[in-house]
Amino acid sequence: MDVFMVESAVTLAKVIKVSLLLFLVLLATAAASLFCGPADTGLLQGFREILGERPEAAFALKPEDVTILFSLRLPRILFAGLVGASLSTAGVIFQALLRNPLADPYILGISGGSALGAIIGISTGMAVLPLGVPLPAFLGAAVTVILVLAAGGSVKGFSSGTMLLAGVIVNAFFSALIMLVLSLSSHADLQKVIFWLMGNLSLAEPEEILLTGLVLLAGFSIAWLHARSINLISLGEETAIHLGVAVERTRMILLLSGSLLTAVAVSFSGTVGFVGLIIPHMMRMLLGADHRLLLPASLLFGASFLIVADTLARTAIPDMELPVGVVTALCGSPYFLYLLRKGRFRPWSF
Amino acid sequence: MVVLNLENVSFRYGQEAECVLRNISCTVPRGEFLGVIGPNGSGKTTLLRICNGILSPQQGTVAVKGTDIRQIRRNVLARTIAFVPQDSPDLFPFTVEETVLMGRAPHLGKLQFEGEKDFAIARQAMEATGTLPLAGRHMTDLSGGEKKRVVIARALAQEPQILFLDESTAYLDMKHSKAIFDLLKIMNRTNHLTVVVVTHDINTASLYCDRLLLLSRGNIFAAGRPEDVVTESNIREVYETRVTIERNPISGLPRISLLPESLSDSRKPVKAGAAPQL
Repeated sequence: MDVFMVESAVTLAKVIKVSLLLFLVLLATAAASLFCGPADTGLLQGFREILGERPEAAFALKPEDVTILFSLRLPRILFAGLVGASLSTAGVIFQALLRNPLADPYILGISGGSALGAIIGISTGMAVLPLGVPLPAFLGAAVTVILVLAAGGSVKGFSSGTMLLAGVIVNAFFSALIMLVLSLSSHADLQKVIFWLMGNLSLAEPEEILLTGLVLLAGFSIAWLHARSINLISLGEETAIHLGVAVERTRMILLLSGSLLTAVAVSFSGTVGFVGLIIPHMMRMLLGADHRLLLPASLLFGASFLIVADTLARTAIPDMELPVGVVTALCGSPYFLYLLRKGRFRPWSF
Repeated sequence: MVVLNLENVSFRYGQEAECVLRNISCTVPRGEFLGVIGPNGSGKTTLLRICNGILSPQQGTVAVKGTDIRQIRRNVLARTIAFVPQDSPDLFPFTVEETVLMGRAPHLGKLQFEGEKDFAIARQAMEATGTLPLAGRHMTDLSGGEKKRVVIARALAQEPQILFLDESTAYLDMKHSKAIFDLLKIMNRTNHLTVVVVTHDINTASLYCDRLLLLSRGNIFAAGRPEDVVTESNIREVYETRVTIERNPISGLPRISLLPESLSDSRKPVKAGAAPQL
């Protein structure tokens, strides 16, 4: 049959094609970011020599350049990519499951819980221990997720409204506790806390990067396996049931995956805002709402986006590092408003 | 063949003392066009949700093609039963084509993408509902009538044996409402699709349904051919409203008219004899 009508339907070939394209964008972004930084690493010089008269001298990097490139910049780029990918994937999951376009990875209060954990870690001096900040941050996130899921998701009569409200309330409660701890802590701690709250990608250890990567792999795989069910659930819970989805089970698996993705990313990087909200929207506008395509696209583009944002954060002002959350919010908010004004984007049509 | 059988079904929400449905027993043979009517709160929607396995009754059993509905997995059930809800809010920009293809979900494996057969079935469903020209449009950009037809196309793409519709023509104008009922009738006659509609539109239900079920406070008040169910006394008792009922001049089926207080005050028919009473 000379296939379909308008071919708006997503096929496996289309998923692979778009993913490959966005993967190339990601590679290019990462490579470009490797060149950027306050120290001149001789990498640019190397390329000039490849193209010039002394190709044999190309990449004769000094040992300290190698250190800067491969021990400082590369891990950080990798980590930025993983965090951006995790948050974007989680954002897609939460927006669809809660049927709320304003949902982001932090909507269930994970940010508040992990921030409280991190701040307790920082202000009690645990930060000097290995995992002294990420571990309490992760515990805080886990407790929050359990609380919110118990409030809104355990009973048969699941309501996304109840869960959203539970998330807001839990976040407010943790904010109060954060203020309490902050008002009791020293000035030196405050600076660290603020950096953590705004998101900071410079702190990750190699093991933490590896762990983030593994969790991303697992979380994304689970989500993609359920991508068609996510499509159906995003139409409404009853509609999904009528179309054969075992909604309760699927929803719980996906909420836990999204929460784990968020909790791990946040524990190692702080609360980087906006990525998980804006990337899913951008990809949905470009590629449509089918999650079989939306999930991999958001993962890849979210990674590229955060690499760019973090490169700006570490290079925009010489000899100074900005929190990456400041950059994402400064770039993200105006763009979002622009989309709203253009009217191509109508999140309140429900 | 019986496709749907309810036996002594009783249901109440949560801990409420009042049953929404009481001892409902009812059998739907294959290929029947059944209408469920009754006032607000009489239990119509609850009955539909029980027949779909969304709600489980505290008492009694629901059997689909002879199998207890609790024993049937959701994706298997979705190959037999399709449902067109009252309204379906659209949040995400799926296209019409994507929406109709979602009807194929219960027939596909977890990682399976839609194949040529699924495209062909979806295309057929869209042709039948007149939604093919809309294929590339976003659901969020459609009118109420267009959307409803797309949702019906999605239900047909499920290739169900039973199709439930909950107030599916409530917001539609006459033309679209008629088009949908005509389509259902054709599917019902040619494919032996069993159709169960819940509706407030008693006149339309009388015209299209083989049998009507009149619910009142969770009980089946009357069941049978439209001319036996839609009578002045039944309507007065169940709806607590005075109406006049005459015969449709073409079909001979009952046609109901409200009797406004200003007219019924006089307690006599406006033009005695003009409307043959049933």
